[in-house]
Amino acid sequence: MGGLALMLAASVNAGTVLALAGLGLLINERAGVLNLGAEGMMLIGALAGYATALHAPGAGMLLGYLAAAAAGAVMAALFGWLAIGIGTNQYATGLALSLFGVGFTAFAGKPFVDRQLAERGRDGIPWLRDLPLVGPALFGYHLLVYLAVALAVGLTWFLFRSRAGLLLRAVGESPESAHALGHRVRAIRMLAVIAGGALCGLAGAYVSLAYTHLWVENLIAGRGWIALALTTFATWRPARILLGAYLFGGLTMLQFHLQQRGVQIESHLLGMLPYLATVIVLVLISRRAAWIRHNMPASLGRIFRPGT
Amino acid sequence: MDTRGSRRSLLGLATLALVLVGMCAGHRSAGAAAPLKIGFAYVGPVGDAGWTFAHDKARKAVEAEYGPKVTTIFVENVPEAADAERVLRDMVKQGCGLIFGTTFGYMGPMMKVASTAKNVKFEHATGYKTAPNLRTYDSRTYEGAYMAGVIAGGMTKTNTLGVVASIPIPEVIRNIDSFTLGAQSVNPKVTTRVVWVNKWFDPPKEGEGAQALMNDGADVLMQNTDSSAVLQAAEKAGKHGFGWDSDMSKYGPKAHLGSAVINWAPYYKKAVGDVLDGSWKTGQTWWGVKEGSIDLVSVSPEVPAALKAKLDTVKAGLKAGTYAIWKGPVMDQDGKVVLKAGETADDKFLHGINFYVKGVQGKLPSGK
Repeated sequence: MGGLALMLAASVNAGTVLALAGLGLLINERAGVLNLGAEGMMLIGALAGYATALHAPGAGMLLGYLAAAAAGAVMAALFGWLAIGIGTNQYATGLALSLFGVGFTAFAGKPFVDRQLAERGRDGIPWLRDLPLVGPALFGYHLLVYLAVALAVGLTWFLFRSRAGLLLRAVGESPESAHALGHRVRAIRMLAVIAGGALCGLAGAYVSLAYTHLWVENLIAGRGWIALALTTFATWRPARILLGAYLFGGLTMLQFHLQQRGVQIESHLLGMLPYLATVIVLVLISRRAAWIRHNMPASLGRIFRPGT
Repeated sequence: MDTRGSRRSLLGLATLALVLVGMCAGHRSAGAAAPLKIGFAYVGPVGDAGWTFAHDKARKAVEAEYGPKVTTIFVENVPEAADAERVLRDMVKQGCGLIFGTTFGYMGPMMKVASTAKNVKFEHATGYKTAPNLRTYDSRTYEGAYMAGVIAGGMTKTNTLGVVASIPIPEVIRNIDSFTLGAQSVNPKVTTRVVWVNKWFDPPKEGEGAQALMNDGADVLMQNTDSSAVLQAAEKAGKHGFGWDSDMSKYGPKAHLGSAVINWAPYYKKAVGDVLDGSWKTGQTWWGVKEGSIDLVSVSPEVPAALKAKLDTVKAGLKAGTYAIWKGPVMDQDGKVVLKAGETADDKFLHGINFYVKGVQGKLPSGK
């Protein structure tokens, strides 16, 4: 494959981390809950996945991924209990959980730093990846890459074509109306948060098990925050999240690609780009009330208490 | 007379007296046979399995060597910024008599704190500013890079080497150049490609850099960053790589060719010994293979015997001080002669290297 094609392939790999986390965050943001604890959940997922894979890999480290999703879900449930059950401020709670995740995984992860996982198997879909030409280009990715794509497609159908998805969006737009119709708003929000947490945990495990194949403290290095920005940048649409993830994920590969050809882009500038792009999008959609209503879940970040 | 007031002032006086006595007592005991308290400031986590891990290993060696005569404390993840000053001042307050700052970026804070804590000795790694109570120390990592290059030059099949580089300071550029010179000594056709991640430690980014290099044809990788991510990326892709700062052979059993390790123990033991026997003097120290600070270890059995023999010759020469890595003729990228034939570079030249040698591709980041 040519250099450019290889770079694109690497961008897809890098972007999958963001895509998985972003799609998870999409689920809970569509329900009106903003979970700023993404970084913490990804770290806990990465550590849980790594620790499990060290002792009980299972086929293709499946157990590791499951453990990571479970760990992310548990942490999200904690967030849900506080923010939805008790009604604490969502932003503060999420931030606290993120910081907790960073510190906790640094501490709990100490015994795992000097360890080595079992050898990785080959990526890709077993038979299709050996096809000439298209094989490596289309079918040679890690299975989670395909999962991310399938998830984006599935979520698009779920959100816009299914009854359950409609209910989720309704809760996100106007929890009072959904409540008046007899739906259990807080339970739905809790489920959404847990699902989101599981996906964030999975994204974290992708980093520690497949992408870098090791554990050190602060392995996620800020990608949770990029995933949060990504969800907003993509105006809460699954397909856009996928594309945006590949775009943001590809920025680093692009920088290296350009470096090799003699073009130097200041890496701090590049680090700013995802957030700058998100701010621009926010400015654009905020110019008219109709656009905000169309693009952002109306009750995002607001506490809901039945009876008020 | 107000009894409450006089009682309060009596209490205050008594407290003050106690405090003064306590301070004197403390001071006296510090002068007596109290163990020397040594502080270590680390830029990364001990668990990086690289740079900081190596320093901590040496700290433990000091503890083992001097036993009850010393106690050590360390702080991890001290950023190279204003926060470092706070940590250093805190160490001084805790009674440290000797403080090691293990990264270049502590230079400013250390100089500042050293000027106010004149009876504490400071050791700054990889720096260049000294003071009466602050001296610098460094290891000749370029010797490790050169030895790795010798192996790399003989093992590459595409004649393209790749280096994942951290930050464009002379030390790193010198390492890239030495790596290339080492490779060229066994294989004049090699070229080296470089990517700059602008961080000392960021495993996912280091892995991405490694991927970018391999995409461009590099089949033997080297890094100046602190984790094993580059080696792991090479392992996954079936290419070769090296360990850096610490022995990383277990992180890439098939890919690992050797690890360029730094052993800080010899120097740390000497520095502590100097303070304990009162012979500590300021200055600048730069130790390498000769003093036991640098080595290339765990060389892979995949390396052919002839190549290994060449490496051993180089290592023996470095140990004896008879082998010079930076010996002319050496040309930079543009073909300009930077070292004339037969001329050997001195430490001043080595400290100021800010150019790529011939064979390294790409441009140095601007402004460096």
